[in-house]
Amino acid sequence: MKPSPFDYIRAASAEEALDGLAAHGEDARILAGGLSLVPMLNFRLVEPAMVIDISGIGALDYIRLDNGAVEIGAATRQSALERWDGIADRLPLVHAAFPHIGHYQTRSRGTVCGSVAHSDPSSELPLCLAVLGGEAVLRSAAGERRVAASDFQTGMLTTAKRDDEMVAAVRFPVAEPGSGYAFAEMAQRRGDFAIVALAASASGERVRLGVGGVADHPTVRQWDGLAGGALDDALNAFAWELGGYDDVHATARYRRELVRRLGRKVIEEARSCRS
Amino acid sequence: MSQTQEKYVGQSIDRVEDAALLTGSAMFSDHLPTRSGTLHAAILRSPHAHAEIAAIDVSRARAMPGVAAVLTGEDVKDISDPFLIVLRQPILQWALAVGKVRYVGEPVVVALATDRYRAEDALSAVEIAYRTLEPAVDPEAATEEGAPLVHEAVGSNIVSVRDFAYGDPDAAFAEADRVVKLKISYPRNSHTPLEGFVASVAYDAATESYDVQSNFQGPYSTHTVISKALRVSSSRLRMRTPAFSGGGFGVKVQVFPYIVLMGAASKIVGRPVKWVEDRLEHLSGAAAAPNRVISIEAAVKNDGTITGFRFDQLDDYGAFLRAPMPGPLYRMHGILTGAYDVKNLAVTNRLVLTNKCPSGMIRGFGGPQMYYAIERLVQRIAVELELDHYEVIRKNLVPAGVFPYRAAAGALLDSGDYPAALEKAEKEGKLAELRKRRDEARAEGRLYGIGFAAIVEPAQSNMGYLSNILPLEERRKNPKGGAVSNATVNIDPLGTVNVTADSIPQGQGHMTVLSQIVADNLGLKPGDIHVNLEHDTAKDAWSIATGNYSSRFTSSTAVAADRAAKKARAKLARIASQTLNVPADRLEFGNGKIYAADNPDNAVNLYRVAGSAHWTPGNLPDDMEPGIREIGSWSPPELEPPNDKDQINSSLTYGFVFDFCGVEIDRDTGAVKIDKYVTMHDSGTLLNPRLAEGQVHGAFAWAVGCALHEEFAYGEDGSFLNGTFADYLVPTAWEVPEPQIVHMETPSLVTPLGAKGVGEGNCMSTPVCIANAVCDALGIENVTLPLSPNKVSALIHGEERPPPDGAEAPSAAREVAGNVIAGAGEAFVKSPPGEVWAALLDPEKLASVIPGCHALERVDENDYRAEVSIGAGPVKGRFKANVRLSDLDPPNAATLTGALTGMLGLSEGSGRVTLAPKDGGTALSYDYRIEVSGTVAAVGGRMLEGAARALVRQFFERFATVLGGGEVAVADEAAPSWWTRLLAALGIGR
Repeated sequence: MKPSPFDYIRAASAEEALDGLAAHGEDARILAGGLSLVPMLNFRLVEPAMVIDISGIGALDYIRLDNGAVEIGAATRQSALERWDGIADRLPLVHAAFPHIGHYQTRSRGTVCGSVAHSDPSSELPLCLAVLGGEAVLRSAAGERRVAASDFQTGMLTTAKRDDEMVAAVRFPVAEPGSGYAFAEMAQRRGDFAIVALAASASGERVRLGVGGVADHPTVRQWDGLAGGALDDALNAFAWELGGYDDVHATARYRRELVRRLGRKVIEEARSCRS
Repeated sequence: MSQTQEKYVGQSIDRVEDAALLTGSAMFSDHLPTRSGTLHAAILRSPHAHAEIAAIDVSRARAMPGVAAVLTGEDVKDISDPFLIVLRQPILQWALAVGKVRYVGEPVVVALATDRYRAEDALSAVEIAYRTLEPAVDPEAATEEGAPLVHEAVGSNIVSVRDFAYGDPDAAFAEADRVVKLKISYPRNSHTPLEGFVASVAYDAATESYDVQSNFQGPYSTHTVISKALRVSSSRLRMRTPAFSGGGFGVKVQVFPYIVLMGAASKIVGRPVKWVEDRLEHLSGAAAAPNRVISIEAAVKNDGTITGFRFDQLDDYGAFLRAPMPGPLYRMHGILTGAYDVKNLAVTNRLVLTNKCPSGMIRGFGGPQMYYAIERLVQRIAVELELDHYEVIRKNLVPAGVFPYRAAAGALLDSGDYPAALEKAEKEGKLAELRKRRDEARAEGRLYGIGFAAIVEPAQSNMGYLSNILPLEERRKNPKGGAVSNATVNIDPLGTVNVTADSIPQGQGHMTVLSQIVADNLGLKPGDIHVNLEHDTAKDAWSIATGNYSSRFTSSTAVAADRAAKKARAKLARIASQTLNVPADRLEFGNGKIYAADNPDNAVNLYRVAGSAHWTPGNLPDDMEPGIREIGSWSPPELEPPNDKDQINSSLTYGFVFDFCGVEIDRDTGAVKIDKYVTMHDSGTLLNPRLAEGQVHGAFAWAVGCALHEEFAYGEDGSFLNGTFADYLVPTAWEVPEPQIVHMETPSLVTPLGAKGVGEGNCMSTPVCIANAVCDALGIENVTLPLSPNKVSALIHGEERPPPDGAEAPSAAREVAGNVIAGAGEAFVKSPPGEVWAALLDPEKLASVIPGCHALERVDENDYRAEVSIGAGPVKGRFKANVRLSDLDPPNAATLTGALTGMLGLSEGSGRVTLAPKDGGTALSYDYRIEVSGTVAAVGGRMLEGAARALVRQFFERFATVLGGGEVAVADEAAPSWWTRLLAALGIGR
C-alpha cells in the first residue's frame, strides 16, 4: 500500500499551482486535505506523475461573504467552515449536515473544495451545494469560470472540471429569510459514507429535496405545494427515477426505501423550520 | 510499626503498561530494530479464487532499481516443506502458491527490495498467466457431488467427518414430547487488530538457523509447524516477540506462514528480510473465523425441559487447514451442551474446504458459532411451547451444588451457581423494568424486543482437544492432553525482583497482574516488581501451550508465576531463618521485610536476604543453589486426553455468562438500536477487576460488531469484497453502548488462584443475545448475522411500492450485487450495420476508439490483445486485455468474451451485441455481465457501479465519431467498474 513514484510541488501561490496544472494536465492531481487522494495513491488506484499540494497557499484559505453567497477557498479545511461564526445563520443546511461529514479528525484535515472536487455521490457537501443551487469556481492559467452545482458533478467521481483547472472556490448561496432547511442521513456507523443522504429546503409552499448516495451524483427535485399522498407519490416516483444500486452494504431497493421514508421526514422537518 | 501487608491481587490497581503506551515509548513489532542490510518484502496476491498458474514472468521485475530478488512458489518449494496439519490428508500448502491459487489474497510472488515502495513497484512488473477454474464458495454447495475441488488430491471438499454420541440421544428424541429444530448459518468475521502482521527474519548461514522477530502470539505448538516447514530443529528457529502488541485477538498466530515465507526468502537472498502487512492484505489474506452451518435439534418436554441435543455442524475452513485448525470445532467439544444439564447428545462434525481465505484462531474460537445455534434454539423452544424464554433457560441450567459437574461430552465444569447468577442479573439488571419498557414500546406500535443468552465460557485449552478429530485407535498411539505454562522470578544482587513469563501479551495487562501476584507473595508493592514479557525461545522457558489464546492467562501463566514466586519466597525464608534464628515456616513477608510472625520487630530487609544469595553464596544452606532464579511450571491434572468414550475436558476452567438486552428497531431505516444491555459474569476470583471489565468491554464491542456490522463478503466467483475499513465495518465508540456489567465470584476449584478466563465470553453470548432480541421484536423465526439495516429493512418493509404508472422499474439485471456488474443498453450510430460490423472487426478502428489504448494486436482471428490505460474520474490503471469475438452472425450479432488484468485486479466478462438497421444507421443494443476481483473488487466496491457508465458512453461517442458522427443515445442501465471501459470498449460492453 505504497504509491507509485510521483513528483511533488508544494505550491506557494495559486498561480504556481495552475502553472503546474497547465504543464502536466491529466497527469497531475491537486492535493489539498488528501483524504480522498492519499488512500487512492496508496492503493495505486491513481498514479499521477505530479502531485500539486495547495494546502499551504494562504490566499486560498478563506471564507467570505460575497454577493449573496458564502465563498470558500480551496485550501479551507472543513473544520474552519464548521466553526465559522456565520454558519448557523447563513448556511443552516450545511450546519445541519456537518455532524454527518466524516469525523472530527477527518474534518480538521479535509477541505470543503476537495470534497466537492472529488464528487463522491454519497458526500454531504456536494449534496448541500446542489440543493442550495451553489457554484464551483474553476480556475486555470487561462482564466476563471463558474459552473452551477447541477452542471458540475456529471457522474460517479466525475465532474465538468477540465484537466488544467482546479476547484479554486465553492459558493454556497446564503439562506433565504423565512426558509427552512433539514438534513438527514442513513449510514451504518457514524461518519461512514452515507447509504442515502437527504437535504431539503422549504420556502413558502416550495420544497427542494436533494438525494445523495442513490444515483451516481446528488440529484435535486423541486415541488410546489405537495403534501400527504401526493408527496408520497412524488417521492416514490423520485426514488424510482434515481434507481439506486447494489453494493456490499445495501441494495438499490433499500436505498429507494430510504428516499421514500426519510424523504418525507426531512421535508417535514424543513417545513417546520420555516420562520 | 505495623507489618500488615496489603494484598494487591483482587485490587483494580493501575496498569503498569500504560505509562509506555500513553507516552508513545512502547515498542511495537514494526518499531523493533532490524539488522543493517535488511530487505523489505512486498507480496503479490492472487486476484482469483481458484485458478491454475500457467506462467509467471518475473524478469522485468527483477531488473528494477533496488530490487534484490523476486521469488515464486517454486523457489520456496525448493527449500521448505508444506505446513504440518492435524489430518492425514494431502492438503499441501507452502508459503507461496504452488501450481494453483485457491483464494483471493493467496500469496503468489514476493519481491524483496531496499524499501517497500520499490518492492511494490516491482510487483507491478510481474506478469502471471492464470487459467481460471470454477471456485467452491458456498460451504454447502461445496459438499455436493460434482462441486469444484479445492484440493483434487483429497478427492472431496469434505476433509473430515466425525460422529459422536453421548448418553442415549436416540431414546431422548424418541421419547420427547416435541422436537424443536433450527438451521443457522454463522458468517465469516474477524476481530481485526489495529496492528497487522510483522515478520522480520534473518537466516544465519553459519549456524544454519533462523532468527525471527514477529508479533506471533502462539500457541507455540505452531513453532513446530514453522521449524518443520523451514527444515530446522526448534533450537535453530529463534522466535522473539515484543512486549507490546497492537492487538492480537487470536489472529496473530496466522502470521506463521509469513514467518516461513520471510525465512525462506532470507535464506535465498542471504540477507535479513522484513515484511509488514497492510490493511488490505490483512482483511483479504490473514484469517477469518470459520463460517459455520449448523442444523440443531432439541428433544423437549412440554414443560420446556430439554432432554437431548442433536448437532450437525459444517465448518468452513477456507482453502487450507492451517494450525491450529480445526480448533474452532473441537475446542468447544466438551461443552457442546452449553450451560444446560442435558445428558443426551449426538454430534456430526464435518470440515469443508472452500476457495476462501483460510480460517484461523479468532477470539471466541468456535464459541460464537456454537452458542448461536444453542441459544437461538432455546429461544425457539420458548416460542414454540409458549413459555417465557428466561424461564426455559432457568429450567435447564446445570443446577447449583453439583460442581464439579461432568458435562455430556466431557467438560468438567469446575465451579459455579448458575441459577444464582441469573437471579443476581435479573435483580441488578432490572429485568422486570425492561419487560415493562418493552410492553410500553409495543403499545405505542414500536418494534422492541428482549433477548437472552446463557453460556459457559471455557478457558485454557487442553492441548489434547484436537485429538478427538482422530479415531480412537489412532489417538491411542499418541495420547495428548495437558497445557504447560512457565514463569520465572529472578531476584538480582540489589534485591530487585524481575519476572519473565510465557504469556505473550496482546494488550490485556499481564504485566500488571503478574506484578500483583508476585508482590503479594514477597510482601512487596507491585511497583517493586519489574515484569518483562518480551519472549525469546532461545532464552526463555516455553512449551507447546505458550502463547496468548483461549483466555489462558489467569489459570496458566499467572499460576506459574505464583508458583515461581512461592519458590522464591521459600528460598528467601530459609536464608532469613538463619539470620533471624526463626524457623522458615514461622516467617512472614511484608512491606519489603521478612519478619518473625510472632515478633515483627525481629525483621530483615528482603533485599539484604536476596543480596546474600549473590554476595555471600558460601553462607547459604548447604543444599541451596546460589542466586535466586526460580522457575514455576504448571500443568493442571484435569486436562486429560480424550477418553475411550470420546469425552474430553477441552478446557480447564468454565466461567458462566448470562446476558439480556432490549433492542429497538427503527421502522423507517431498519436500524437496530441496543437500548439496554446487561451482562453477568462469574469468572471465578477476579485478580484485577478493572482489567477483567476491560476484557468484557472489548469482547462486547467486537460482539456488537459481529451482531450488527461485520462480515467478510465474497462474491459468487469467490472474489473478496471488503478490503478496507470503509467496507468491513468495525464498530466505533459511537456504535457500542455501555453494557451494565454484573459480577459474581465463585472461585475455580482447579486453579490455585481461583481465577477463570474472562476474555471471550461476550464474543459467544452477545451476538446471539442481540439476534434473539431482534427475533423477539419482529416475531420472526430466525435471522442471520450481521443484522445490517439493509437486512432488517427487508424483513420489515414487505413488498416494495411499485413505480408510478408509466415508469419502468430498472431491469432485474441491474439488481446484481457485490462484484458482479451486469447491464444492458443501446446506442445509435449513423453508419449502416455493415460498416459498424466491419469496424468492430477492424483492430485499427477499434484501437482508435478505445480511450487510452497503447497497443492493440491481433493474436488470432477475432482474438485481440491490447494494453490500455483506463480510468473513470480520478481512478486510473494500466491493464492488459484479451478479447475474443465468437458466435458471429454478421452483420447482426456477436458475442464478446474478455479478460482484463492489471495491478488493480482483474475482470472477466462476456456480452452480446446486436446491430439492427434504423433510419439509415444502426441501432446497437448490448447486454453484458462482468465479474470483478482483486484489489478493485475489495476496495472499490463503492466506485464500481456508475464509473463504467461514463466509460461505455465514451466508447460509443468515439465509435459514432469515427463512423461519421451520430446521435449517441446510450441508455445504459448499469455499468460499473472502470475497466468496464476497456471491456466496453473492446466489445463486451456491447
